Amino acid sequence: MMNNAVEIRDLHVVRGRHTVLEHLDLAIGGGVTGLLGPSGCGKSTLMRCLVGVQRIADGSVEVFGKPAGSAPLRDRVGYVTQAVSVYDDLTVAENLRFFARVLGAGRDHVDRAVASVDLEEYADDVVGRLSGGQRSRASLAVALLGEPELLVLDEPTVGLDPVLREELWTLFHQLADSGVAVFVSSHVMDEAERCDRLLLMREGRIIADGSPDDIKQRAGVDDVEAAFLAIVRQDRGDAS
Amino acid sequence: MNLRITLAVAHRVLIQLRRDKRTMAMLLVLPCVLISLLWWIYEDANPMLFDSIGPALLAIFPVIVMFLVTSVTTLRERSSGTLERLLAMPMGKLDFLVGYAIAFGLVAAVQSVLAVGVSVGLLGLDVVGPLWLLTVVAVVDAILGSALGLFVSAFAQTEFQAVQFMPAIIIPQLLLCGLLVPRDAMPPFLEAISDVLPLSYAVDAMQHLTTSTSTGQVWQDVAVVAAFAVGGLALGAATLRRRTD
Repeated sequence: MMNNAVEIRDLHVVRGRHTVLEHLDLAIGGGVTGLLGPSGCGKSTLMRCLVGVQRIADGSVEVFGKPAGSAPLRDRVGYVTQAVSVYDDLTVAENLRFFARVLGAGRDHVDRAVASVDLEEYADDVVGRLSGGQRSRASLAVALLGEPELLVLDEPTVGLDPVLREELWTLFHQLADSGVAVFVSSHVMDEAERCDRLLLMREGRIIADGSPDDIKQRAGVDDVEAAFLAIVRQDRGDAS
Repeated sequence: MNLRITLAVAHRVLIQLRRDKRTMAMLLVLPCVLISLLWWIYEDANPMLFDSIGPALLAIFPVIVMFLVTSVTTLRERSSGTLERLLAMPMGKLDFLVGYAIAFGLVAAVQSVLAVGVSVGLLGLDVVGPLWLLTVVAVVDAILGSALGLFVSAFAQTEFQAVQFMPAIIIPQLLLCGLLVPRDAMPPFLEAISDVLPLSYAVDAMQHLTTSTSTGQVWQDVAVVAAFAVGGLALGAATLRRRTD
């Protein structure tokens, strides 16, 4: 087993008057790790911490043994923000060629990334004229450039049709099998089943951590959504 | 700084501009149309005035246009998440800034060649100094406009706000740069203020070029404008934060 890709110790993040992450300790290893929780629970903030673009109040985040966001990591970590962060006025291929040049990745990476997200037919279309799902796939393709060792994907499957979602999850597992640590967030509970390891998050804390089967078994139910509810209820009971 | 990344940024910005036909037309044709309009309004009244105001306009166009274009495009980079993504990649702030400066500098060079061509070739503007230096001044002015636009984009949340910075930052400089009243004829207090505004030196450089063959003063003015541009880029760099809230 490889060393943990990510080591988070006592991570504390405050935004404005709100505490978003509360003294979080977490290690993320290989495989597909899913981060699930309702909108606003701190998923995006945690992901931003991993790529080093979030200002943190306390604690440390290390990726491959180096501080998150430090220069040697910037071509080893692929990141997809929740917003579609590609240029609307460029074609899919132009976007990818630009980001590939920034990363120093070759032309073959561009073709492979376009194929991975199934956008070959649209490669020469301007991104702004594509559908929402196609645009988010273009954004995802950028993260696949340059053979990253850690992929941080913030809700990459939002608004995609079920067939494509299925294909993307297959892709995530292929990448994980080839040694990439894949960290993916979602607020769709049925995607939880496809993760090797599942983190349930609520109000800035991880309230459950384990394989989907473990979590269901522990909660004594047979789907993740019900498990989440049961765990939240139990968590509230403990807190009061 | 990394040359490959800097050029990638410049190349990408130029592709974006090329695709935006309307903006390209505004950038290249509008200065020519406006300078022709200026020539026309003075044609019957006082053709001499065109020779004194025309050069100032050649300095002012690149500043205004690049200020607007840069403030809106960088604001877009900030709000769309592309800037965050780039800063999570091996992209230095300088790569980003210099890439933009190269792209807009090139556009400014073309813009100035066209505007100077129309002014001198068609409208009979008298330029005593070397013509190529006119383009150098225009490119430095454009980089100044870009630097100012980049800096203010950090203080705008929307494109609407960004555009409002134009009257706030540029128009006072326009009034004080010697275009309407020679700077030494202004009240001393205002003259002192105009002495520390970059556009004054941009306009000065153009006016020297059109009236004198000696280029020493022009280079001095260009140096001042360039210093302001570098200062603006440095302030702009300070507003590009890798880590945000």
